[in-house]
Amino acid sequence: MSESTTHEFGSNRVKRGLAEMLKGGVIMDVVTAEQARIAEDAGAVAVMALERVPADIRSQGGVARMSDPDLIEAIIAEVSIPVMAKARIGHFVEAQVLQALGVDYIDESEVLSPADYVNHIDKWDYTVPFVCGATNLGEALRRINEGAAMVRSKGEAGTGDVSEATKHIRKIKSEIAALSSMSKDELYVAAKELQAPYDLVVEIAETGKLPVVLFTAGGVATPADAAMMMQLGADGVFVGSGIFKSGNPEKRAAAVVKATTFFDDPSVIAEVSRGLGEAMVGINVSDVPAPHRLAERGW
Amino acid sequence: MLALQGDFREHVAVLTHLGADVIAVRRPEEALAVSGLVIPGGESSVIDKLSRSFGVADAVKERIADGMPVYGTCAGLIMIADRLVDAIRGQQSFGGLDVAVRRNAFGGQTESFEADLDVPVLGDPPMHAVFIRAPVVTELGAEARALARLEDGTVVAVEQGNLLGTSFHPEMTADYRFHRYFLDKVAARASGS
Repeated sequence: MSESTTHEFGSNRVKRGLAEMLKGGVIMDVVTAEQARIAEDAGAVAVMALERVPADIRSQGGVARMSDPDLIEAIIAEVSIPVMAKARIGHFVEAQVLQALGVDYIDESEVLSPADYVNHIDKWDYTVPFVCGATNLGEALRRINEGAAMVRSKGEAGTGDVSEATKHIRKIKSEIAALSSMSKDELYVAAKELQAPYDLVVEIAETGKLPVVLFTAGGVATPADAAMMMQLGADGVFVGSGIFKSGNPEKRAAAVVKATTFFDDPSVIAEVSRGLGEAMVGINVSDVPAPHRLAERGW
Repeated sequence: MLALQGDFREHVAVLTHLGADVIAVRRPEEALAVSGLVIPGGESSVIDKLSRSFGVADAVKERIADGMPVYGTCAGLIMIADRLVDAIRGQQSFGGLDVAVRRNAFGGQTESFEADLDVPVLGDPPMHAVFIRAPVVTELGAEARALARLEDGTVVAVEQGNLLGTSFHPEMTADYRFHRYFLDKVAARASGS
């Protein structure tokens, strides 16, 4: 019963560990406490608290920033599942604020306007864990090197077009597979080409997987989209605009959750896909002019 | 291995390493086929919903009542507790363990921690325990026995007959003593002792 027993907070294992507990789950974007409640009731494994979903950020334009602390606190008070919130790329003070507010995970996100076009946040400095986006393995490893405890493939947020998510998860998976088959001397060049730390490259080559959980995000709008991401090897999915920009958010949210668990069972996916009402309208990524593609933010 | 959501792959790796024959349980017929069940860490409210929507919950409850060994870590401990504190609206558990368990008992993620823990039933050395938004046992029923406590007396590991639960995650460390303890129960029941 002494005070001398040490409790270690914010360790790598604890930070990465929370992401491990989210595996096989669906993380949903919510902009109000009421939406957070609907998400929790539908079986979301965590919620992402933000002021505008990516589809609205895209259509309304302007600078997108961290959400109002009142909103984040209201959402934390409303639900008991983990609450994530977004900070701008490189905005270490937004991250300090989010940690002080008691969020469970910070998403250093390309969906918001970057605050620094050179540096990402030094994520080792925080007790709270970070998730970061990546379009390829090199980007994922650079984020892990900066302290990210979870990675999500970026996709193209706010479009309802899953093609970029598919491209990014396939890219990351195939680059991991390629490393696994390389001889030791080839890994030096691979590290150079990936622009990633050599030690991490060697670790991936040996284990055949990332040292952190890999979710998929960006354009997932249907149960079948979520199941496809799982079949492509994602550990779980983020659904942004796809739930609350659809006709029946409650039903769609629950359906996406079930399809994520039973991703390899087409009969379940068929069953839960019935009568969901209108999906988000969406825009084709090819119709989004290049300077407005969010996935190109971050490097 | 209950494989609806959570870190079931880590448990499967440990159990396989210890020589167990492991299958994923997501459907009632799978729950009826196994001789022991591990319930992983994850989000208990999600595991509860998924288990009820495809009927595996009733099968698991039936097997627990029948005496099948079950080991739950973190969310898994919540799932086998009879009484839940701070559950979400409508949340249920399989039950079986005569205890009350409080979800997220330490608070949010920044309160998650690692610590060394004495577990007398496993002997020396202490177990290195990883607590992630962990639940704790707040009330111990007559039949339930505490296996480990934090320094302030909080119960974080519990046993009742063939049911075993820990607030922490042995599957995340290289210490497999709890899994072995569970497999011994499975083996003992299979051999009829």
